[in-house]
Amino acid sequence: MDMTLEAILTILLGVLEEGFIYGIMALGVYITYKILDFPDLSVDGTFPLGSAVTVVLIIAGVNPLLTMVASFCIGAFAGMIAGLIHVKLKVRDLFAGIIMMTALYSINLRIAGKANVAIFSKETIFENTLFEKYVPAIVGPFLVVIISFLILLLMKVLLDMYLQTKSGYLLRAVGDNETIVTSLAKDKGTVKIIGLSIANGFVALAGGIHSQKNGFFEISSGTGTMTIGLASVIIGTNLFKKANKIKATTAVMMGAVIYKLCVSLAIALGMEASDLKLITSVLFLSILVISNDRRRRNKTNA
Amino acid sequence: MLKLQYISKYYNPGTVNEMCLFDNFSLTVQNQEFVSVVGSNGSGKTSMLNIICGSIPIDEGKITINDVDITNMPEFKRQKRIGRVYQNPAMGTCPTMTILENMALADNKGKPFNLRRGTNKSKIDFYRESLRMLNLGLEDKMEVSVGSLSGGQRQAMALVMSTMTPIEFLILDEHTAALDPKTAELIMELTDRVVREKKLTTIMVTHNLRYAVEYGNRLMMMHQGNIIIDKAGTIKSNVQIDDIIEKFNEISIECGN
Repeated sequence: MDMTLEAILTILLGVLEEGFIYGIMALGVYITYKILDFPDLSVDGTFPLGSAVTVVLIIAGVNPLLTMVASFCIGAFAGMIAGLIHVKLKVRDLFAGIIMMTALYSINLRIAGKANVAIFSKETIFENTLFEKYVPAIVGPFLVVIISFLILLLMKVLLDMYLQTKSGYLLRAVGDNETIVTSLAKDKGTVKIIGLSIANGFVALAGGIHSQKNGFFEISSGTGTMTIGLASVIIGTNLFKKANKIKATTAVMMGAVIYKLCVSLAIALGMEASDLKLITSVLFLSILVISNDRRRRNKTNA
Repeated sequence: MLKLQYISKYYNPGTVNEMCLFDNFSLTVQNQEFVSVVGSNGSGKTSMLNIICGSIPIDEGKITINDVDITNMPEFKRQKRIGRVYQNPAMGTCPTMTILENMALADNKGKPFNLRRGTNKSKIDFYRESLRMLNLGLEDKMEVSVGSLSGGQRQAMALVMSTMTPIEFLILDEHTAALDPKTAELIMELTDRVVREKKLTTIMVTHNLRYAVEYGNRLMMMHQGNIIIDKAGTIKSNVQIDDIIEKFNEISIECGN
């Protein structure tokens, strides 16, 4: 292959940018899949939900930083609804996610107004007059990587801190052994709803940041979010299983980057960009087979 | 005082498999009584515990604890006053969390689960002391995840955890059944000590007739949703294991076992 060093660097930079942003989403999937043991498909809808809200707010002239708060909140709200459907209406976990995911497709279209909305030339967290003035030109190409890494790091630290609180303990307990939450005189349903809210907040935040980086909202951007999230979580947690020093959240972050690297490699090796979702699926399948993580946890003998 | 009044419970109502487990079942347990319950499979022992805890709904009747009606109280709310140890040692602990985290979790029962630190560092010594009395060496493994402990160790922890905070009732659901004889003995002695020290009102379901005779101050045998033996106080202390076995054989033959 006659690829220049510069081209390789550009690809690597792209991998890191995507990996860090999807890493935030993967942290959300980590909460539902690993901590709650809940296969939450609503993430395929909450990722573009975050995008839609962000794009609309940015067009309306809202501060890009505030749109991040907004996308987290609306994602958390959607997660709460998924949780309520599951807990209060006693709908099976998988179905609750499917219902949310499907409903959100139309809701996202409603919010954005159409299937594609561009925010080029608008102020974002990556491109704004402040950066243009104060950031030296040499840092320019690395700006997206640096900013997305800082946000990812912040979210990871916040999540780590939360998981060490009393409320966080209860969240970990409900995925581990629901019975004990009842024994502690707490409603396990409420705990699940809280977990789904936080998780989807993370996912929608990632969706919002992703659209700020790309400069547009695209309705189908959510397809496969769950797959990417799961792949990242499973790569990360399995690869660093033996490393006790590495926290699971750190492993998930790295899993997201490794996953994006694999996808880039596949494309560099000649796959088309339109094969992306196929690559996503095949990669995920390979990871499942290799890591032997195909079955659901057996809770009664946990 | 725990009162079950005129409880009726049907399984699969309205189907060909309809089965009446309890029909006008009543039971009163005085404060600080330690009731051992024995009975054949399907006699309603575990269902009775589930009814007390609210894990299964009842069709008719009334349940009160110290004259407070809890018949319609959801399960998790009832657990404020109740500690429960299950047959399966995995039910009472969180496997992926450390011993210390499990202890901290149990210690917070009845208090808000808010955004304060999950483990209060100043209480670590107290947790260590609580574990030390188990004589299992768990106090030196505070950072080990509970999933790597043996069933006996987990059950011992489950017992400590469920009795750590002030409770009025202790419910033991065949809590030694999944353990080897030696560990079972240890857990039973431990149970007796905890019940005495904390002056707990206790209901223990067991398949071990010897435990039922040796421990507790009231003995009940259940059969097909009815109490067929109920002996308390000095009468209970005079009960010999042979008396129980005789009756037990009688009901077993009746069922064709």
